Amino acid sequence: MLHTFVAYVEDRPGVLTRVASLFRRLNINIHSLTVGRSERVGLSRMTVVCEASAEAGHRIQASLYKLENVVNVDDIAQAPSVTRELALIKVAATPRTRSQVFELVEVFRARIVDLAPESLTIEMTGVESKIEGLIQVLNEGEERVLEICRSGKLTMRRGHHTSSVLKAMNIGADEPTEVPVEESAAEPE
Amino acid sequence: MGSATQALNQPPARLTGAEIVWATLVGEGVTDVFGYPGGAILPVYDALRKFPIHHTLVRHEQGAAHMADGYSRASGKVGVCIATSGPGATNLVTGIATAMLDSIPIVCITGNVSSKVLGSDAFQEVDITGITLPVTKHNFLINRTEDIAPALRAAFQIAKSARPGPVLVDITKDAQQGTAIFDFEAAKPRAVRPHPMRKVEDTGLAQAAELIRNAKRPVILAGHGIIESGAEEQVRTLAERAQIPVALTLLGLGAFPASHKLNLGMMGMHGESWVNHAIQEADLLIACGMRFDDRVTGTVSTYATKAKKIHIEVDPAEVNKIIKVDVPLIGDLREVLEALLPQVSARDGAEWLKAIDGLRGDSAVRDIKNLPDSGHLYAAHVMHDLWRITGGNAIVVTDVGQHQMWEAQYYHHEKPRTLITSGGLGTMGFALPAAIGAKTACPDQEVWVIAGDGGFQMTAAELATIAQEKIKINIAVINNGYLGMVRQWQEFFYERNYEATPMVSPDFVKLADAHGIAGLTVSTRAELADAVNTARSAPGAFLLNFKVEKEDSVYPMIPVGSALHEMIRRPESV
Repeated sequence: MLHTFVAYVEDRPGVLTRVASLFRRLNINIHSLTVGRSERVGLSRMTVVCEASAEAGHRIQASLYKLENVVNVDDIAQAPSVTRELALIKVAATPRTRSQVFELVEVFRARIVDLAPESLTIEMTGVESKIEGLIQVLNEGEERVLEICRSGKLTMRRGHHTSSVLKAMNIGADEPTEVPVEESAAEPE
Repeated sequence: MGSATQALNQPPARLTGAEIVWATLVGEGVTDVFGYPGGAILPVYDALRKFPIHHTLVRHEQGAAHMADGYSRASGKVGVCIATSGPGATNLVTGIATAMLDSIPIVCITGNVSSKVLGSDAFQEVDITGITLPVTKHNFLINRTEDIAPALRAAFQIAKSARPGPVLVDITKDAQQGTAIFDFEAAKPRAVRPHPMRKVEDTGLAQAAELIRNAKRPVILAGHGIIESGAEEQVRTLAERAQIPVALTLLGLGAFPASHKLNLGMMGMHGESWVNHAIQEADLLIACGMRFDDRVTGTVSTYATKAKKIHIEVDPAEVNKIIKVDVPLIGDLREVLEALLPQVSARDGAEWLKAIDGLRGDSAVRDIKNLPDSGHLYAAHVMHDLWRITGGNAIVVTDVGQHQMWEAQYYHHEKPRTLITSGGLGTMGFALPAAIGAKTACPDQEVWVIAGDGGFQMTAAELATIAQEKIKINIAVINNGYLGMVRQWQEFFYERNYEATPMVSPDFVKLADAHGIAGLTVSTRAELADAVNTARSAPGAFLLNFKVEKEDSVYPMIPVGSALHEMIRRPESV
């Protein structure tokens, strides 16, 4: 099954290697990995998505906690959460053929962020399937896809819930209220 | 004792990085280190004479790591080793991995090239923090003088906390040469952040007590964690109160007295048949500080299928890793048992103990030490007589292979920390240097090395260390002219194709003599006892070269891929 871990780690040299090395040692392939600053000074937030057996989740989480630089690990598993990915897609398109792409961009609620005589760049945010849908449609069209850059998944639990790291530190956080919210409507398949 | 203790008692003073290294070690209570100097660690060595720390010069850095390891296993303290950059650091790696796999707290200090040339492939530069990342609990690359003391203090805390393990601190040469204010108290690390998955629920304790109350055929699986946690008394109380027999892992030997009537002996691949049968027949296993290593489970799918399992373990990542358990109690073993014991009441285990005893009788006749003396010298004889003559009181440091298993079978350990052996990694060459560490930690204890002719030669250069340090260690080389355990596998599983296992060795007695160490060769059982006594009473180190039966095998043996009860027994004819 697909596991999603959200980890708060110290923002220091070598920490990414330690986390990545753990998955390598367990012979688990990382599907996507995003790292960036968090709401806490000095702590980075990672979203790690990987394919592993259902039982492996416990061991991965327990092993992550054994790393000295890892402060908090949340195994999102099947919990209600918002997951998004950002993609930049560069497509070969001349002024003559652009309108077709514009149409697709409109349908997929994406944006054009760069326009050049021979190409244009699309920015698209959404769930993985939506981004793959756009890429598939572009590939099936007449215009050639020149470059794809995808951020990997970003995940956050739903509900009035600040990160559990704050909770662990007893800094004004509440229990997650798991209110299921439907995915935003009208997402083309 | 001058400046070091002063440095601790006096107000914070400006010291060089090199002095801070030693002053911090002194503050952490270190009295002995094992190391080998070189360019990138020279500033540290230059400052050594000002501090009350004894340095043992090793002959190879692998030896330094094993000595720190043996020091820790014998004393329970954190062992410390020191090496230079590049090859000095990489030579430590086998010793670090050995400590990692057996959860031994050691701190390894390496020098590195100056921070200005870090990453430039400078002479003797190697990325040792990268190399040791998977075989340390944690490691540090320090390139600022003011970071040395906090990193070293954190290293000690990490090494000995929760599940212990090795920590490496790599210090650049310019950080050693620079100066900073040394304030031991201010360098204290923040409190250990407890692993959030390490917790014991009251319901878990109640469930465990319930399982123990209702069990008909319970067995305690006693592991190394008992010794690391200091839970020998609690395990004994549990066993005696509820009349539960105790099976031990290799590293658990000594955690429960061998002579105790509830002690079954060692479990697993070379465990006695009644031990493994008892585990396979059990309806409850209480695993205490052990991790269901493949050498103790045999094939996992057929392991103790009738048993409920309680797992008391400090490392949450070990729970349900190999064997699915019914009640995990994740915490320090001693604390968990102290919480559990008030809920455990006396029970009658006579029937189950009698059933196990019945299995024992069947095996005893095959026991080689009871065979008539036919002029042959068997390793089992050596182990048995060593145990008898030393009264089971020596610290025995074994290498890896057949002799290691024979020692585990025939030397009966009554006390913890009296068997020192490389279990998880199975590192040949471990015994001789680890024994130097053990003797350094426990100078008043009798220390025996037991090594095969193969493993002994891997680190035999440390004989010179013994000579230089004038250490009294007794060395028993179990010499059968083969890499014995590999030969045994070739005999059983590779149609006796003895490829690369026959081994020509030097005359070990002459080799010892070249180091100024006395020795004797023993070829018959009749000579055995006198030789052991000669070694014991000799003022200095002594080597006994036991020329044992060449093609003897360790029995019983569970072949890889078989269930725990499907063992190869000693042939009746031998």
